[in-house]
Amino acid sequence: MKFGIVRFPGSCDDIDAQLACERVGEAVLLWHADRDLQGVDAVVIPGGFSYGDYLRAGAIARFAPVMESVAEFAREGGLVLGICNGFQVLCEAGLLPGALLPNVSLRFVFRQVRLEVVDSETPFTRACEPGRTLSIPAKHASGRYFSPEPVDVVLRYAPGENPNGSQDDIAGVRNAAGNVFGLMPHPEHAVDPLTGSVDGLSIFESMRVSVEARVAA
Amino acid sequence: MSRVGGGRVVSGAATDSRHAALGLSDLEYDRIVELLGREPGDTELAMLSLMWSEHCAYKHSRRLLRRLPTEGPAVLMGPGENAGVVDVGGGLGLAFKVESHNHPSAVEPFQGAATGVGGILRDVFAVGARPIAVLDSLRFGEVARSARSRYLLERAVAGIGHYGNSIGVPTIGGEVYFEHAYEQNCLVNAMCLGLAPQARLIRAAAAGPGNVLVLLGALTGRDGIGGASVLASAEFGEGDADKRPTVQIGDPFAEKKLLECSLELLDSELLVSLQDLGAAGLTSSASEMAAKGAVGLDIDCDRVPLREPGMEPFEIMVSESQERMLCVVVPERVPDVVAVCERWEIRATPIGEVTDSGRMRIRAGGELVADLPVGILVDDCPVYDLAPVAPEGGPTSIYPAPEPVSAAVDAAGSAGDTLLALLASANLASRLPVFEQYDPVVQSRTVRRPDEADAAVLALPTGEAIAVSIDGNGRRVACDPRTGAAEVVYECAANLACVGGEPLGLTNCLNFGNPEKGHVAWQLSEAVDGIAAACEALSVPVIGGNVSLYNEAPAGPIYPTPVIGMVGRLPDPARAGRLAFGSEGDAIAIVGGFHPSPVGSELAKLRGEPLAAPLPPLDAIAALGAHRAVREAVRAGTLTSAHDIAEGGIAVALAECCVAGNVGARVELPEGLDPFAEAFGRAFVVSGPPEALAGIGAEPGGPRSGHAAVPVTVIGRVGGPALELEGVLGVPVAALAEARAGGLAAAL
Repeated sequence: MKFGIVRFPGSCDDIDAQLACERVGEAVLLWHADRDLQGVDAVVIPGGFSYGDYLRAGAIARFAPVMESVAEFAREGGLVLGICNGFQVLCEAGLLPGALLPNVSLRFVFRQVRLEVVDSETPFTRACEPGRTLSIPAKHASGRYFSPEPVDVVLRYAPGENPNGSQDDIAGVRNAAGNVFGLMPHPEHAVDPLTGSVDGLSIFESMRVSVEARVAA
Repeated sequence: MSRVGGGRVVSGAATDSRHAALGLSDLEYDRIVELLGREPGDTELAMLSLMWSEHCAYKHSRRLLRRLPTEGPAVLMGPGENAGVVDVGGGLGLAFKVESHNHPSAVEPFQGAATGVGGILRDVFAVGARPIAVLDSLRFGEVARSARSRYLLERAVAGIGHYGNSIGVPTIGGEVYFEHAYEQNCLVNAMCLGLAPQARLIRAAAAGPGNVLVLLGALTGRDGIGGASVLASAEFGEGDADKRPTVQIGDPFAEKKLLECSLELLDSELLVSLQDLGAAGLTSSASEMAAKGAVGLDIDCDRVPLREPGMEPFEIMVSESQERMLCVVVPERVPDVVAVCERWEIRATPIGEVTDSGRMRIRAGGELVADLPVGILVDDCPVYDLAPVAPEGGPTSIYPAPEPVSAAVDAAGSAGDTLLALLASANLASRLPVFEQYDPVVQSRTVRRPDEADAAVLALPTGEAIAVSIDGNGRRVACDPRTGAAEVVYECAANLACVGGEPLGLTNCLNFGNPEKGHVAWQLSEAVDGIAAACEALSVPVIGGNVSLYNEAPAGPIYPTPVIGMVGRLPDPARAGRLAFGSEGDAIAIVGGFHPSPVGSELAKLRGEPLAAPLPPLDAIAALGAHRAVREAVRAGTLTSAHDIAEGGIAVALAECCVAGNVGARVELPEGLDPFAEAFGRAFVVSGPPEALAGIGAEPGGPRSGHAAVPVTVIGRVGGPALELEGVLGVPVAALAEARAGGLAAAL
């Protein structure tokens, strides 16, 4: 199992994502200007501030050469996980529905939040038992999810935990095919008991199980 | 016009007021003329005025700073480099430094605070270290009464978050306090820590005549011109809005690329030396590199990439445009440097070369516009002795009494109401509304986040960890400068002890008023003596720092505010201490001799009592013993919680432990102990299994080890829904939490 973590100029949580992926498999960094995905089994678009996000979060990153390959990879059914800025990039790229608006508070917010796993059948959540709650940190200034159309919700903020005013407490959504998943909270910051909870590990573990099941099939 | 050496030095008409407008005194100007043997040209005078400013030359503090101990077994790089570095084992060096950005933040809080963070980050990666954490120390006027202070607080916090969050460096702690004395002069001090393999550490000395001087990063513009002299080295007065153009504008995305690029250049061993561009821009970074390497530098202004056309040579030389670095490269390696920079989309421009002339020679338009010996820029600025005069009427006669805040805190009120009023006050309320705006976890090292423990804890790749704390208490230093300043050092060390950390070194930022005034000079001198004595007693060297003077408005000086950032080491991050009470039934004890006084306390402030002296005396041996006992008990895993007793006394310390653990406590205070009286850095509230607590005060190493036994007084048990101080007060934990949550949130 080999993860590829895309590195844009301004990515901040790229090494964190790499460390998290390495707990369940191999992980390599993919440079934004290269189209070669190095034969990875899954792609992670990490958090941070790609290209500074001075225009609109993720609006420039979607035009990076690597994103053409990521879109192709996704069309072919490859697993793509977008975390925070990565979620914003996937929405901007049209790989996920909806958009992420500035928080209701108009401020950056860091908070350890509880998430309800709404859909535990996806390739990203299959290691979670149905109805499980995950404790994972969220940290962002534009995390208010909005979609005019019905969407496939994977994670919701637990009651009273919504840090940004997102529609229907949505924290993470998938595409219709189920192989692209974006979430605002940071599962890569919940993989080590020394630095917090380990609930985020189940996302990466789910991806490993999904890829290996597919390879076996 | 005058001719010097082989080139023509362009000189403007030497008017009488030219140097005064740039902040130089007549005597200083005369000295320049005497040293040069001629009138300086316009560009030369601009360069000299910056280099001879208080901010760059430390002319009123340099002699004083020599009193601070700077050596210790762990010190790898001490004061004088971009940042000091200590050895943290495993071949790793930890660089750290605190610096002020007070004056820019008072004029433009968002950009002032943001570029304060940006500047201290560059100081750290200039020595080859990857920035791994930021902490901040902030002071504003009374937010409950002052709309301007609320604005400064909100925008400064947003600016710090904007820069730190965007660049991917966690903000792991800090402190913020509110006093009327900061109404006109807010303080924004930022501290950064960085980690490096010791082999990658690099000094700022230029070397090798013929080597190329390469400017990295952003374009040079007209922002920040005169920031170090006009803004940072003078008192504030009327019309400060005019000074807004002297504030720089930050671009964290540019700095993120510059950081990654600089570290890759160092890892590839492509650089001879590296220096950041901070105060006084190209002038100060180039002349300091030349001075440290005992070489000269030729710079061609025409080669400096500019943001706007028509900039004068002096503007190019003193611009404080952000996100720029200067490096020295062997000629054959220049193409390799350019290639790495291109990959990171960083501009790299050769702008000059190293010479053996010992002179800074600046050309523009084919003409020599400055030709100065390096020494005159860096070493020849006059250094002044302070003329301290203890204020008549005592140390506190300079400051008016604080305005009383709340009727709930008068002596007739109940102790429970007093505790709630203290917890709800801006100085003691929960810092969550501030900390929530910062990312504390990026880089995956943070073992203790803000509010979880008295010091932040970061795991190292070696399996060990470091602890860090930043502290200051201006009101107490105003009351009693020597003891107050020493207390700050002890409190930092006590914070480290609470997580199991042993101090390795500290950095300080001395924020004071106008040192040319006798009473400010006295505060400064006393405070430095207090810090020096505390450093000696605790065996903690000062590895670098910063001085910010002239924090003074027509209404008077700020409270004297030395800010200390201290770093320590602990062997096992899994055992890092916490402040929250945990298990019902745990015993609660005071560790250390605790003999507090109401003088200078938060309660005295809320009641509007005038500042007073003296603070309770510091017994160094007793305090050290208490620190050691707590540190060893935390390391042994004996304790459930450890918290130092500071603002608000034992009652507030207990309330904080209860709120953090969401559990009550039943306590009987020792006879005669004032629940709200204060003494900092000397004693702790700890909790743990009763049988475990019994052992922690014993003489370490046995009765003949030479260490005195430490008093450990069991005062109660953890449990129940309320904090009960028998015969004093009883308040539900939910009420404590509610009071504490609201105090600062209301101001933001």
